[in-house]
Amino acid sequence: MAMAVPAPRGYVPRHATPPAALRRSAAPARRNTPPRRARRGAPRESAGSIVIGVLGELLITAGVLLGLFVAWQLWWTDVVAVREQAQILESLEWTPPPVEAPQAPTEHREAPPQEPVPPVGDVFAQVYVPKWGSDYVAPIAEGVDKEKILDRIGVGHYPGTAMPGELGNFATAGHRTTYGKPYHLVHELQPGDPIVVRTQSTWYVYRVTEHQIVLPQQVEVISPVPGLKPGDPLPELTKRYMTMTACHPMYSARERYIVHAELDYWTPVSEGVPTQLTEAGVNVVGAGGGA
Amino acid sequence: MYGALWRALPGPGWFRALVMVALLVGAVAACFQWFFPWLSTYVPINDNTVG
Repeated sequence: MAMAVPAPRGYVPRHATPPAALRRSAAPARRNTPPRRARRGAPRESAGSIVIGVLGELLITAGVLLGLFVAWQLWWTDVVAVREQAQILESLEWTPPPVEAPQAPTEHREAPPQEPVPPVGDVFAQVYVPKWGSDYVAPIAEGVDKEKILDRIGVGHYPGTAMPGELGNFATAGHRTTYGKPYHLVHELQPGDPIVVRTQSTWYVYRVTEHQIVLPQQVEVISPVPGLKPGDPLPELTKRYMTMTACHPMYSARERYIVHAELDYWTPVSEGVPTQLTEAGVNVVGAGGGA
Repeated sequence: MYGALWRALPGPGWFRALVMVALLVGAVAACFQWFFPWLSTYVPINDNTVG
């Protein structure tokens, strides 16, 4: 039926030759100009050269991406983590120790108060290491999950190991490179150097005793008595250890750098700041200008 | 590949360049936000725990 409809006046079928006037205005220019490729003297691109061209561009892109990944890992993770960790420390809102204490706080060597075991992910302590600079302080959270704790919060506490000050081994892990790198300078610690851990109520001053370089599976470094193999009978605990674990060599996961320390003394936060921090001029979070 | 993208974009040269830069910035931001964190779980250069 539709075929029977007559074409409207002026209708030109698409395949019809355009009127002579139109042909004359358009055609001559094309006739005198050779195709662009021919003028440049470049051969027409073959399928093979297109494939190789795309492959080349993909490889360049992959190279740029790898470079960006290195920049992200070595620089950007630090930028993000340093900012987050500063926020975490501020958001703790712990009572700052009195700065103008009349005398140095009492150095207690009897059994300290038992710290409650926090749920995984909770920030329950701060760690100060005077040797690592007057501005050094890092939050300690429960758990050693890489993405949730170590990449974001800072230092992680191995669940099931002792709490700060407790008999046994207060074992922690931290990044030595990237993500804020709280344990960046772990290799600088020498026997006798103080490591100061603060919980909400108490300061714990540990002293470095030794360092070790071990394989990742050597879990005896975080035993209640360092060196005690899993399965060995547990002796009566008499000492209060602290352990730091970090990667070794830097930028490698081949081994672990271990620092062991023993509790020197503890003191309540309400009595002031341990002399190991004040004498080194360490900025204590929340006290006079803060971290 | 990128040449085809350039030819597929509409508008004058400066506008195309602007779009290309915006696409580049977006791609890098997406990498930093999502792709690299995912990739890093397969690159254990900074494992620091024992066990």
